[in-house]
Amino acid sequence: MIKTLVKCIRDATFPAILTPVFVLAESLIEVSIPSVMANLIDEGITVGDMNSVIKYGIILIIQTLGALFFGATAGYTASRASSRFARNLRADMYAHIQEYSFSNIDKFSPASLVTRLTTDVQRVQMSFQMITRIVFRAPAMLIFAFVFAFRTDHQLSLIFVCVIPFLAVVLALIIKTAFPIFNKTFVAYDDLNEVVEENVHGIRVVKNFVQEKSEINKFRKVSERIFSLFTKAEKTVAYNAPAMQVSVYACIIAISWLGAQAIIASGNVEGMGLTTGGLMSLFTYTMQILMSLMMLSMIFVMLTMSKASADRVVEVLNEKSDINDGERNLTEVKDGSIEFKNVSFKYFKTAESNALDHIDLKINSGETIGIIGGTGSSKSTLVSMIPRLYDTSEGEVLVGGENVRDYNIEALRNNVAMVLQKNVLFSGTIYENIRWGDENASDEEVQKVCRLACADDFIQSFPDKYDTYIEQGGTNVSGGQKQRLCIARALLKKPKILILDDSTSAVDTKTDAMIRKAFRDEIPNTTKIIIAQRVSSVCDADKIIILDNGKIVDFGNHDELYANSEIYREIYDSQTKGAEEDE
Amino acid sequence: MSDIKENKQPPRVNGRPPKGARVPMKFDKKTIKRMLSYMKPFLPQLILVFVCILVTVVASVSSSLFLGTLIDDYIMPLVGADNPDYGGLLGALCGMGALFAAGALSALFYSRIMAAVSQGVLKKIRDEMFSHMQSLPINYFDTHTHGDIMSFYTNDADAMQQMLSQSIPQVINSGITIIAVFCSMLSLSVWLTLTVVVFLALILFITAKIAGKSGKYFMAQQHSTADMNGYIEEMINGQRVVKMFCREENAKADFGVKNVDLCENTCKANAYANILMPINNCLGYFLYVILAIIGGTLAINEIPNVACFAVNVLSLGSIASFLQLSRSFTGPIGQVSQQLNSVAMAMAGAERIFSLLDEQSEVDNGYVTLVNAKRGADGELVETEERTGLWAWKHPHSADGSVTYTELMGNVVLDDVDFGYVPEKIVLHNIDIYAEPGQKVAFVGATGAGKTTITNLINRFYDIADGKIRYDGININKIKKDDLRRSLGVVLQDVNLFTGTVMDNLRFGKPDATDEECIAAAKLANADGFIRMLPEGYNTVLTGGGSGLSQGQRQLISIARAAVADPPVMILDEATSSIDTRTEAIVQAGMDALMKGRTVFVIAHRLSTVKNSDVIMVLEQGRIIERGSHEKLIAEKGQYYRLYTGAFELE
Repeated sequence: MIKTLVKCIRDATFPAILTPVFVLAESLIEVSIPSVMANLIDEGITVGDMNSVIKYGIILIIQTLGALFFGATAGYTASRASSRFARNLRADMYAHIQEYSFSNIDKFSPASLVTRLTTDVQRVQMSFQMITRIVFRAPAMLIFAFVFAFRTDHQLSLIFVCVIPFLAVVLALIIKTAFPIFNKTFVAYDDLNEVVEENVHGIRVVKNFVQEKSEINKFRKVSERIFSLFTKAEKTVAYNAPAMQVSVYACIIAISWLGAQAIIASGNVEGMGLTTGGLMSLFTYTMQILMSLMMLSMIFVMLTMSKASADRVVEVLNEKSDINDGERNLTEVKDGSIEFKNVSFKYFKTAESNALDHIDLKINSGETIGIIGGTGSSKSTLVSMIPRLYDTSEGEVLVGGENVRDYNIEALRNNVAMVLQKNVLFSGTIYENIRWGDENASDEEVQKVCRLACADDFIQSFPDKYDTYIEQGGTNVSGGQKQRLCIARALLKKPKILILDDSTSAVDTKTDAMIRKAFRDEIPNTTKIIIAQRVSSVCDADKIIILDNGKIVDFGNHDELYANSEIYREIYDSQTKGAEEDE
Repeated sequence: MSDIKENKQPPRVNGRPPKGARVPMKFDKKTIKRMLSYMKPFLPQLILVFVCILVTVVASVSSSLFLGTLIDDYIMPLVGADNPDYGGLLGALCGMGALFAAGALSALFYSRIMAAVSQGVLKKIRDEMFSHMQSLPINYFDTHTHGDIMSFYTNDADAMQQMLSQSIPQVINSGITIIAVFCSMLSLSVWLTLTVVVFLALILFITAKIAGKSGKYFMAQQHSTADMNGYIEEMINGQRVVKMFCREENAKADFGVKNVDLCENTCKANAYANILMPINNCLGYFLYVILAIIGGTLAINEIPNVACFAVNVLSLGSIASFLQLSRSFTGPIGQVSQQLNSVAMAMAGAERIFSLLDEQSEVDNGYVTLVNAKRGADGELVETEERTGLWAWKHPHSADGSVTYTELMGNVVLDDVDFGYVPEKIVLHNIDIYAEPGQKVAFVGATGAGKTTITNLINRFYDIADGKIRYDGININKIKKDDLRRSLGVVLQDVNLFTGTVMDNLRFGKPDATDEECIAAAKLANADGFIRMLPEGYNTVLTGGGSGLSQGQRQLISIARAAVADPPVMILDEATSSIDTRTEAIVQAGMDALMKGRTVFVIAHRLSTVKNSDVIMVLEQGRIIERGSHEKLIAEKGQYYRLYTGAFELE
């Protein structure tokens, strides 16, 4: 995991290395301050020497300014390093997601990817900043302070040797006990959010079935669990501050007792042993040492907590795209012929049944092929094999006479245009949206494909015509209009193969027929594959594939199928009988 | 037609302002009062907490003061003595030890009490929020985005928790410390205290300046984050399209711009925040040096020191103590200023949570209830406890105190109904519908014609503006809402399944249904087949609203769910839109069985679904423009005919 993350440091390296350097300098100065303060008291105030007071005062101020300089610079470099690191992480993640194949995308829900790119990266960033600043500062302070304390008085500093392990053990115990409970709490929180989300989304169902009370009970149970878990976790963490205080107080009392005797023995004369100034600085070192220990434990907790986020980030980065350019990297697609040779496919290796089962199929360039079949008969899966959205589990798919795995993916997909069932328009003008198909297309070309897709009429009816701004998700056009825009966008690619996956379902039958006629007349050489639920959308195709449970059960033109295929006849009759009777 | 989502939301009337429009540092008295009221049941504990904090603070301040006493009273007098007597010192140390122990114990005690109190308050608020949310009218959910409602439970509740469990004890602790330290300082030297006060003003001024800068960039960071979130959300949702069109490079480039923007703002915001601590530290040391110089000057020149209780010469010990105290004075001030931010956020969160709690619940003045009934000896309906399958409306009449029973039949009449989501804008005009028990009534029309709205009036999600709706001859305003809805079954286009097993989901509307009843219903809806293919069959746990199932499968489950509830009236709102025609034809038999003997309201895009209805209503802009059977409407060659022959597009 660390290895993957380290790769993203890149231009953050310099500030990331500078930060601990500055932090070390800052801590060193801060630790040397108490001894100067001791001198100020011993040589200045105790003996009533104002010159010494001023001398050490100036030294102190210089030290303070130094600490400020290094501290502030470290603060800046740490922030610089961590924000760059986060930027690199996001850029890498996003770039990597762009390389994902469809099956990679299936694995992550969009919502989870958004969270990973934002919240999780932010947590990792904060941890990174902590690492560069405090992870170095705390141990440095601990060691420096200890060394200075040792220099001040060897015997008294042994007190720390006893207290440090005590505090360390207590803190470790607290973390060890509280952490698993916190983890459970987070899971319970997820459950709580799920109940709320389900109820917000399904409020109509809840109210219609009059299940408010049982849902409230469900919520109360989760809420109760969070209450008891969280209380338990916080009660454990509550030992933190007292443990710290006990350590500090124990040091103070021990230092006071032993220190007092040492000072009296030395006659409070510098060089003879401990002085009052030394005693004061020992008190300061106590705070510095124990605070650093506390910081270390806090860092540990924060880091462990952000580990979950780091894991989720790394998961995105380490997800291997399973579809890559073929070795032969063919960039030329000869024609629109398609052949399936004994193709089987399953979405998950462990799935019991095949989504596609031993498909053999030959489609000639320029043909129009209709595909119909029930829900779950794998219509979309079948066509997804052609632009290599998924790789076959068995067998091979040939496009233009070559195995799809041998093509450069971009070349393949530019020649195989597929209008997806769940299609999306992006925020931007109609021009911008259609030009996804070809960035350099002229206005005329865009308008031409829109006419082909029977979209020109309604576009012209908009006040801004082709400059009409499409809202995110295409919410300001109707379903039928959206589908036609998506078809136009695909047509602009001038593909050799055009696949429409249930892409005219919201378009009325008349327009649907007009679109198909336009295809026939305007792009006769393009192979057209049309998946539809409406039998009228496919019955005039050259050939129709009837799919059932991932198998081709019938293949032929309308007349043949009507005569021989029971399923086809059933579908055809069920959809057309009424209309014919009435006409 | 599966991916056409009808957007039924009326315009937002009282939506929450977008995030970022937050007003910082607004402390509304009412909100504070109300939050305190939640803590009232814990008053004894809170008093204890306060006392404990006091003890803790006294212990910690004494530890600073002790240094002075130690040097002045126990060390200096003994320096040079031949046989120093440590008895006094030992006694003092024992006293301090006891105080310290009390302090540490109190700290443990109050943290543990506060954990229980804060979580208890939070649980109470959460539970109240959810219960209240369940009682809100549908209109509330229409006018608030789901994300907004969710954030009450997440962001706002989190902010409150942060404040309750950390900020409040911290602020109390710091507050007492500041007061205690200040008093101690005054007791040592007024001159030095004055110096501290002057310096404090400087520290606060600089802190405010930097915090302001940081805040400015923090807002900018929030802004870029929101911008980036929006972009990622749109692009990731369309990732398949990006892949299809090989637009990966463009996507990366656009993302890069926003990414750099966010990076810059984050960097500046954090940098200012990071610099704050070193600056505070530095100023703390400055104060130390200045105090040492002033104190030294005072002591050496034996300038009379004015303390709270006495005028004397500043002792060495006092200076030491004072210096130590000054260190513990700047710390809490920094802490309080850090907590202020989170308190402000919590108050804003509390205000939003309270606004949810203050929303008007669904009003229900109904008094007619649905009861189990059986036929008495003379055919009269008699109320009974057991489940008889025969239901009756129990109608108490306030005029003469009598009670009448009407059999639940499923007769629904809409008489000249007008309705508008907002009073100024009527969306349904003069709707007349007569549905006899067992009849199938279909609604056909374009998006926004008012089809779903009509069904929402029947189950009283909304109240009509004018006209009357009668159910078995009873005005539905008189019927208790729960009972009215229990007598209506709905299957909606957007299926909502709940986390739990398939069986739990089927049983949703009738918790006491047996497994056999559920399986029978699943068979009826033709869902049995695929359910058995799930890993654990009927015991398969569905998560994320049944995300593992196809839309069609989810619709089949929701049909079965309605069948289990077995209501006399059914509303099917695009119930089969995601099921392909062939499967629909198979389900049709089940649907027919389901509809048999029930009054059914059907909304469908696919005209083949509604063809066999007893009466079809063609709606346009909130008015019924045609009504009649399929044959009649076809013969009339009106709008329905045009739709049916495909000459007109519905969307």
